[in-house]
Amino acid sequence: MSISTFVIVSVIKIVIALAVLLTSVAYSVWLERKVLGHIQNRWGPSYVGPFGLLQPLADGLKFIFKEDLTPPHVHKALYIAAPMLSVICAVSSIAVIPIGNWVDVAGLHIPLEITDVNIGLLVILGITSMGVYGVALAGWSSNNKYSLLGGLRASAQMVSYEISLGLSLIGVLIVSGSFSLRQIVDAQGGRFWGFVPRWNVFHGQEVAFFIYLMSAYAETNRVPFDLPEAETELVAGYHTEYSAMKFAMFFMAEYANMITVGCLATLLFLGGWHGPIVGPPLARVILPVFWFGLKVFGFMILYIWVRGTLPRFRYDQLMAFGWKFLFPLAVANLVVTALVVAVRA
Amino acid sequence: MPDNYFAPYLPLLMHFLAACLLAAAIVALSAILGYRKPTRAKLSPYECGMTPLGDARERFSVKFYLVAMMFILFDVEAVFLYPWAVILRDLKMFGFWEMLVYIGIVLVGFVYIWKKGVLDWGPSRARGRG
Amino acid sequence: MAPVATPFFFYLLSGLALISGILVITRRNPVHSALALILTLLALAGIYLMLYAPFVAGVQIILYAGGIMVLFLFVIMLVNVGRAEKERQFNKQWLLAIAATVGLGIVFVRVFTSSQTLTELLKRPLAQLPETSNTQQVGFSLYGQYMLAFEIASLLLLVAIVGAVVMAKKRI
Repeated sequence: MSISTFVIVSVIKIVIALAVLLTSVAYSVWLERKVLGHIQNRWGPSYVGPFGLLQPLADGLKFIFKEDLTPPHVHKALYIAAPMLSVICAVSSIAVIPIGNWVDVAGLHIPLEITDVNIGLLVILGITSMGVYGVALAGWSSNNKYSLLGGLRASAQMVSYEISLGLSLIGVLIVSGSFSLRQIVDAQGGRFWGFVPRWNVFHGQEVAFFIYLMSAYAETNRVPFDLPEAETELVAGYHTEYSAMKFAMFFMAEYANMITVGCLATLLFLGGWHGPIVGPPLARVILPVFWFGLKVFGFMILYIWVRGTLPRFRYDQLMAFGWKFLFPLAVANLVVTALVVAVRA
Repeated sequence: MPDNYFAPYLPLLMHFLAACLLAAAIVALSAILGYRKPTRAKLSPYECGMTPLGDARERFSVKFYLVAMMFILFDVEAVFLYPWAVILRDLKMFGFWEMLVYIGIVLVGFVYIWKKGVLDWGPSRARGRG
Repeated sequence: MAPVATPFFFYLLSGLALISGILVITRRNPVHSALALILTLLALAGIYLMLYAPFVAGVQIILYAGGIMVLFLFVIMLVNVGRAEKERQFNKQWLLAIAATVGLGIVFVRVFTSSQTLTELLKRPLAQLPETSNTQQVGFSLYGQYMLAFEIASLLLLVAIVGAVVMAKKRI
């Protein structure tokens, strides 16, 4: 493949990935409102289009035409940069997420991801760690008490749970021996005793999966860890002073991060695109992508279900849960996994 | 795929630039299409309808600094574990013992901050001590 | 295929690092300085990546740009920036700083031009530098040859933990 073809193929993949991600973000919001509605014995959005399916479009248009307020007391440059930073960090991580096997199109052998970087997992961790700045700067630049306290709380929470998140991945790294997400998935092919899939979650990483899920919920500031924007106490947390599309950008970033978390959980613990594959060659290309999408969809439903079920933590409970429970648990899990692998090696 | 060390990072850079472009486009679109009708009340800092009192940048609990500092230290610990995890199969039991010593020493620090009440955010119990 | 436009990216990244580094020490608003420092660290990560060390680049972003700078920003965010901006710079150490910088620069240039290993390393063709196993190679030397240094790092972390708590002790 020459350099120009390579660039063109990459551009096509980026455009497709961004379009799919933005559509998924819009429809995650719709899905959340619909499912939450049904949990609470309501209908959810139902007026705009059949089943309210055009609701995300209407919401988007409304956001664009709303008053774009920049209050005079804010630090203007950072006030505008903060939501941009959030969106950039949230959208960038999908670049290294593989969604299926290789495909052959017009004589070109192309992997189903934007790029297969050797340090894929590190790239995602790095981008996640930069995501804190969007929240912290939004809180600071707004020059509002609620915003600053919300931003501060959110940053402290995100960094606290980042450690447990990082430690929970080490078990997976031990099992697969690589940072490349594609190799991590490949290491999960095959079955135990002929019927149990060889996914990491069935491979002694149950505890790690639990820790990952808890920390990821806290990282994305979702219920039951949504204290930074606890509306009964802090109005809207770090985005109190934001309106129109800038507010929507924080919303977009949150849902894009949820999708990334779902993708990463699928890749690391649930065997990625592995699943029953039958049929003609075309089905062999599409089915893995379908399995991958199905698993990510399952994670989105779980997110919404948790939001519809659980109350919110208190701040001291949140910090105690992260530091006094998840962190020791992650270290214990790591030591046990290492011992088992080292003895067997 | 060109067989080159830098090749996988080129699409990553392109994707990052595309993400920046997307974010800028959204902000620009909103700024152009949204209408503006500012009033004095709308432009004042939001404080539940009260007249804003004092500056927003007050002094905050030292806990926030401490948590950030603990985060860095334990993050360094976690990062040291990454290359170890990747090659544990080759290091075998030697690698396990090596890491047990390392984690053990860092955990002494963890027990220390736990006992010192750095991890307690509750109102009363921890405040008196120290 | 030969690497494409490597000089371009090198000058781009080092230019970025230099300019943002100068911004760090010239901006009056400490938040701006901190953000410029983040940019410097990110540019350095890019340079590490170009030096065939992707693992180091990743760690640079996770620890420095995403970890240590969060603490800096935390501290700065809560200081009253308005007052800090108005305060005059009280230390007059320009001459000393310039002398130290020039001295350090001379040492760097001397090391770069005289060192035996460096000249040898530069003669080696770049394509033979291993990339696929960069993390593994870091691991093998860190947990084999430099094992003692690695274990001492844990003691250093312990000291840092205790030190941080002792500094803030009166306020807990």
